[in-house]
Amino acid sequence: MFEAVLLTVITAATPLLIAAVGELVVERSGVLNLGVEGMMIMGAVVGFAVANQTGSGALGVVAAIAAGMAMSVLFGFLVLSLVANQVATGLALTILGVGFSGLIGEAFIGVPGLKIPSLYIPGLSDIPFIGPVFFQQDAIVYLGFALVAGVAYTLFRTRIGLVLRAVGDNHASAHALGYSVIKVRFMAVLFGGACAGLAGAYMSLAYTPQWVENMTAGRGWIALALVVFSSWLPLRVVAGAYLFGAVSVLNLHAQAHEMLNIPSQLLSSLPYLATILVLVLISANRRLTLVNTPACLGKPFVPDR
Amino acid sequence: MKSLLKATVAAFALVAAGSAASAADVKACFIYVGPVGDFGWSYQHDQGRLAVEAEFGDKVETAYLESVPEGPDAERAIERFAREGCNIIFTTSFGYMNQTIKVAKKFPDVKFEHATGYKTADNVATYNSKFHQGRYIIGQIAAKQSKTGVAGYIASFPIPEVVAGINAFLLGAQSVNPDFKLKVVWVNTWFDPGKEADAAKALVDQGADIITQHTDSTAPLQVAQERGVHGFGQASDMINFAKDAQYTAIIDDWAPYYVERVQEVLDGTWKSESTWDGLAEGHVVMAPYTNLPEDVAEMAEATEAKIKGGWEPFTGPITKQDGSVAAETGVPLDDGAILGMNWYVQGVDDQLPQ
Repeated sequence: MFEAVLLTVITAATPLLIAAVGELVVERSGVLNLGVEGMMIMGAVVGFAVANQTGSGALGVVAAIAAGMAMSVLFGFLVLSLVANQVATGLALTILGVGFSGLIGEAFIGVPGLKIPSLYIPGLSDIPFIGPVFFQQDAIVYLGFALVAGVAYTLFRTRIGLVLRAVGDNHASAHALGYSVIKVRFMAVLFGGACAGLAGAYMSLAYTPQWVENMTAGRGWIALALVVFSSWLPLRVVAGAYLFGAVSVLNLHAQAHEMLNIPSQLLSSLPYLATILVLVLISANRRLTLVNTPACLGKPFVPDR
Repeated sequence: MKSLLKATVAAFALVAAGSAASAADVKACFIYVGPVGDFGWSYQHDQGRLAVEAEFGDKVETAYLESVPEGPDAERAIERFAREGCNIIFTTSFGYMNQTIKVAKKFPDVKFEHATGYKTADNVATYNSKFHQGRYIIGQIAAKQSKTGVAGYIASFPIPEVVAGINAFLLGAQSVNPDFKLKVVWVNTWFDPGKEADAAKALVDQGADIITQHTDSTAPLQVAQERGVHGFGQASDMINFAKDAQYTAIIDDWAPYYVERVQEVLDGTWKSESTWDGLAEGHVVMAPYTNLPEDVAEMAEATEAKIKGGWEPFTGPITKQDGSVAAETGVPLDDGAILGMNWYVQGVDDQLPQ
């Protein structure tokens, strides 16, 4: 029973985790991209379409990442090169993505998709409990964890990470030191787009292998909230994504269980109540929050010439 | 927020479209709660709209807004259509009821058609289909085919239509196996493939080997296919997504109704009515019975024929969950009791959210 719940939680948490860790890098560089949902849904539709046409899940995933990045290039060009308002541009990106994906995906409605195969290691995958949970997931689940580990290491243990955080915390100083703020931010935005595209591919190729319009159903927005929830720390993103996934899945399990008679409306609101609670707890420690919040988040930068 | 923005953008797009309006005799407009590409509820309504276009050609112009959120936001969308010169506006979700009535008061010359609601006015008609007829049949199939004796029901919102569906399903199942168990999970959404899939997994994990749904995506059937259990298509034939798992599907066919009503607007004979048709009139259609032993398919066909002949699935004896009698033996519930159903029949393993 516990195993079954855990397996469902993993699939529910993975798209949130991947999209959130990408956005975390973007925000660490001082850019707020509210277009996660739009990039994610584009990843979902392009990933599905390419996998469907070529018969290859791997190609679908690559195409989804490319689609997410293409969307983020558009965003980067508008907010970094043309210094457009980040909030408005991000919202526009979401609207564009949701609408455009519907257009592209029209031919794929009602077409069954293919599911990315799960890992199977003879022996290891057969171990009770440990096997199904750790050694029978699909590649994107492992990739998600690798991404978090990589981002956590890069941000806090490497020079690149230091530069990225410097750009996000004080772009004027970073610029004065000779770093190209725009270039660093562009790279971060691209990374965020790639992650959102990958998260979208997970939706349409692994979670629910099909294309339907609007299938991300607001997960991009939850990913955005998770970044704040994690106070811009990668490992907390994992905790947040799994907490959110767990609470929403437990709600469904509790309802199906005959012993528990809890009103479903209360259960449905639990993920949000949990988010509020954690946000309150985190922001209670004002100093800690301020330390981690990128000081230049959402502020445009125009290098003086 | 996102869907609100989308609706706003769509509304703007409509202004642009409206200014280029052609000289059609009648403009028929549709408001959908989900995307037309959901392959479920809204998809089927849009198929109805396309049937109207095919039927009348240049005489009728159609327009639609998709993914319009239920509640206050819908009012702007409906009012926009009314101002744009729509002659008849179909609002195709229960949650548009009060907004439809409100806008209809401001535009007495525009005809409104609200799906699945119960409030009418001189220029507001309501229409619905007797989906519970189909639910009774699939309940019977479920009880015949289930090995665990437990079915899982993914429910959206506790409105009468959904509750009646749950009850009809269980009554059908109990007619075959009086001890049949039904687990209900409320997902509080019409459309979220991921959440619907999670609910299906939870139900399978807890012993259900039949999955049925009153939500709009194909995700639960895909889970059924993957886990080797069975289920039923919702709103449209979903066999492509679950070729081994789907027994049948309850298909909504709105086309005959939409064509008829638009014709009445053209003829000037449109009246406010409450239409509630089912299998007999072709508004509810059962997809081919597949993956079933012959005797079970025959039983389903026999029940379908019986319902088409005028038999009401909600015919007594019906006992409510609290033990009180809802209908005596041989007495059918009246339409009002079914359309306003807010109680479970005995045997539902759930507390009805109030």
